[in-house]
Amino acid sequence: MPELLFEKGVKGSNAFTLPPSELPADTGEFSLPAEHLRDLPPAIPELSEVEVVRHYMGLSHLAYGVDDGMYPLGSCTMKYNPKINEWAARLPGFADIHPLQPENSVQGAMAMLYELEGMLNEIGGMDRFTLQPAAGAHGEFVGIRIIRAYHMHRDDDKRTVILVPDSAHGTNPATASAAGFKMVEVKSDPLGMVDMDDLKHKLNDEVAGLMLTNPNTLGLFEKNIVEIARLVHEAGGLLYYDGANLNAVMGVSRPGDMGFDIVHYNLHKTFATPHGGGGPGSGPVGVKAFLADFLPRPTVELGEDGKYFFDYDHPLSIGKVKSFYGNFGVMVKAYAYIKALGAEGIKDACVQAVLNANYLRHHLADTYDIPYNVLCKHEFVATARRQLEESHISTMDIAKRLIDYGYHPPTVYFPLIVKEAMMLEPTETESRERLDEFIAVMKNIAREAKETPDIVHAAPTRTIIGRVDEVTAARHPVLSYQEEKQA
Amino acid sequence: MRYTPNSGDVVTSMLHSIGLSRPEELFSDIPDEIKLNRPLELQPGMSELALRRELKKLADLNADGQNYPCFLGAGCYDHYIPAAVEQLSARAEFYTAYTPYQPEISQGILQSIFEYQSLICRLTGMDVANASVYDGGSALGEACKMAWEQSKRRRIILPPTLNPDYAEIATTYSIVNEMKMYLLPDNGSGVIDLKALEAAADDSTAAVVVQYPNFFGHLEDIAAIEKIAHRGKGLLIMVVDPIALACLKTPGAWGADIAVGDGQPLGNPMSFGGPHLGFMAVTNKLMRKVPGRLVGQTTDHQGRRAFVLTLQAREQHIRREKANSNICSNQALNALTAAMYMAMVGPEGLAAVARRSHEMAVYAAGAMRKAGLKLRYDQPFFREFAVEVNEPGTVNQYLLQNGIIGGYELNGALLFAFTEKRTKAEIDELVDLLGGVANA
Repeated sequence: MPELLFEKGVKGSNAFTLPPSELPADTGEFSLPAEHLRDLPPAIPELSEVEVVRHYMGLSHLAYGVDDGMYPLGSCTMKYNPKINEWAARLPGFADIHPLQPENSVQGAMAMLYELEGMLNEIGGMDRFTLQPAAGAHGEFVGIRIIRAYHMHRDDDKRTVILVPDSAHGTNPATASAAGFKMVEVKSDPLGMVDMDDLKHKLNDEVAGLMLTNPNTLGLFEKNIVEIARLVHEAGGLLYYDGANLNAVMGVSRPGDMGFDIVHYNLHKTFATPHGGGGPGSGPVGVKAFLADFLPRPTVELGEDGKYFFDYDHPLSIGKVKSFYGNFGVMVKAYAYIKALGAEGIKDACVQAVLNANYLRHHLADTYDIPYNVLCKHEFVATARRQLEESHISTMDIAKRLIDYGYHPPTVYFPLIVKEAMMLEPTETESRERLDEFIAVMKNIAREAKETPDIVHAAPTRTIIGRVDEVTAARHPVLSYQEEKQA
Repeated sequence: MRYTPNSGDVVTSMLHSIGLSRPEELFSDIPDEIKLNRPLELQPGMSELALRRELKKLADLNADGQNYPCFLGAGCYDHYIPAAVEQLSARAEFYTAYTPYQPEISQGILQSIFEYQSLICRLTGMDVANASVYDGGSALGEACKMAWEQSKRRRIILPPTLNPDYAEIATTYSIVNEMKMYLLPDNGSGVIDLKALEAAADDSTAAVVVQYPNFFGHLEDIAAIEKIAHRGKGLLIMVVDPIALACLKTPGAWGADIAVGDGQPLGNPMSFGGPHLGFMAVTNKLMRKVPGRLVGQTTDHQGRRAFVLTLQAREQHIRREKANSNICSNQALNALTAAMYMAMVGPEGLAAVARRSHEMAVYAAGAMRKAGLKLRYDQPFFREFAVEVNEPGTVNQYLLQNGIIGGYELNGALLFAFTEKRTKAEIDELVDLLGGVANA
């Protein structure tokens, strides 16, 4: 492993300087009271510019992005991130503006926000969007707070439960708790859908809402969605759409038309903004008109004078969840993406994402166990059941062996309702050639599992490190650099 | 533009290979009644060239900091970003990567986060820093929830000298019926009223929040506030400015339990308010209560140093409804950028940026006093202070007409911020213009 920044420091090597001060003597003096000053400067290492550059170049070689290769990570929609979008977000007119500037000095930025909201409304069949949430989970939090505000506004204060399917992303139950609700799980039926009997059984006048991902985390479309919406609404609850899987339906079917009251999108999934090694994301939340008063403030409005303005006058708003207007730079990229694709391109991306997933599923089905081997949407779940039974090769082993072949592994051991799950989402930006290569590698790994299982157990061997000791990391946490902890 | 590599012919042959003939059949599982039987009402797609022109046109409608000197702060600051930071943070290996759940191919990301955590610890004097949250305001929201969780007490005391956005966000984050946000009365001094704090900090207090420097740029009496917060066994949460910490005593040294703040000033562009990053650092005692991702050091099976996401039993993908927080995506790329910035400017450089910003503010305050303007508060300040003007909105429009982005509008005053990027000439012009209109 490369040295840490702290191990590379050389005293006196940093040459960063500011221009000489032009302030006249006695006018710009340092005047902070002594009792407030720190004794020693922060122990940041001293490095020359070339050392810093080589350090991060070295680290970049030890990272793997979509630009390096296929990233079939289920539920994460690791599609290609167009370069023009990066260029746009870095334009001084977007990157170099302060969020509190007078509105008439940022009309271009506000026009972009306004137009983006309109496009998101149309894609989802919703009436209003807030762009403030910084990520999907942040959007979920906003959505569930809106559900609470709606019921409380109607003096319906007994609704303390949020229903979440057992196949849901972990953020759903965590969000329900973070927003002060009790989470109750709804079972999946043998076909991987919401168990309608269990849902009916759990719906009552304490249920505030149901959070649903559609298609679900098995990649299957909830074909009973219209009935689910009717049941939830009849019980007085609201229906929340986790948009993690929107790529599977955009341009073909809209959550608003399915009966959802609130949705969040992940711009960093569906709308091709990069994941940044874990963030920043952007998680806009859309609502039907009857919930618009509860959205976080401010909203962007277009005045009769043709000027855009921020409207803070929303007395029923749940309040802010983030300073300013959200991850604006991410929105610029999503805006550029939707503009580039247009109506046809958005639908084409969806069709090809679904085609690529079904192509993989079809061609892997004779090698790997696929518990729900039916028409899927943008992703599907395979398992290592056969390999485990025949050769003690687990999903983790297969994932690590894929790394040796130059791929990022799929999402593993999720959803929780499938044992040894491998969730595969190729996205629409992989060519048939790349899919065929991936299929061949997966088949090859299955062969290795039978013939030379030790190789698969030992994987990855072509990386800078092998499998890591996660137990020690958690039992004796070392979370920052300390000289004495280094070998 | 389209970013799908497969042509129509390839699509058709792929469909055939899986036993289908038309793309529509891929959606036969969606009931017809909820299918969109029309094209989306969006404009047609655009070529990259046309798109580039349109984006440039929109961007050019904004008065950007390269043409308009910016005297706004209030939580977002116009500091200089070294060229190397801009270029390194634009490496696609970093920005097109996912969360490093697979450590063997993510050591570059993991090591960079470990280094970021270490740098934040050194800057704040705290023991443990997480891998970032969304921004300073949401970091405070999470910190208040931690204090409630840790102490099982309900009251969180927020000062009137706290960034108003942060106060609103922390309130939105608070768990209804479980947490009570208590706003201290404002005595008009520009700092916390210690008597009022003393009276408010009772046995039901989970935490006292203090911003340092505060929203108006002033230095609170942290020694006294720390005593009051801890006397009743509540926690002290400090909201700090990472640039100021190059000069100021650290939250760790003051005895804070949790330090949070917005890391934007560390090499991240203002970008109309985001993406920035929230940093969060705590004492060892609170390590397992921290929300969000943590990178730890360990070894691989051959004993080689390795980094890995750790203590994941706190997080939503493992603990689900029992998780510390629902956070998943964070602001990793912005945290990486902040680390690059700190490495690029070094300890002396960071201190120079802090000192120069402060000296610019001191110079401006002196020049404004000379021009007959009145500072709202008589307090030492770091790089922001408030000046009285009759109509802040009108004054800002006047400044804008003269090519200057003015201050944050308070009731009867403007809050100006100064950074090392401002020049003496820019400040002199600001003072000249203000002198003419402030009391008109």
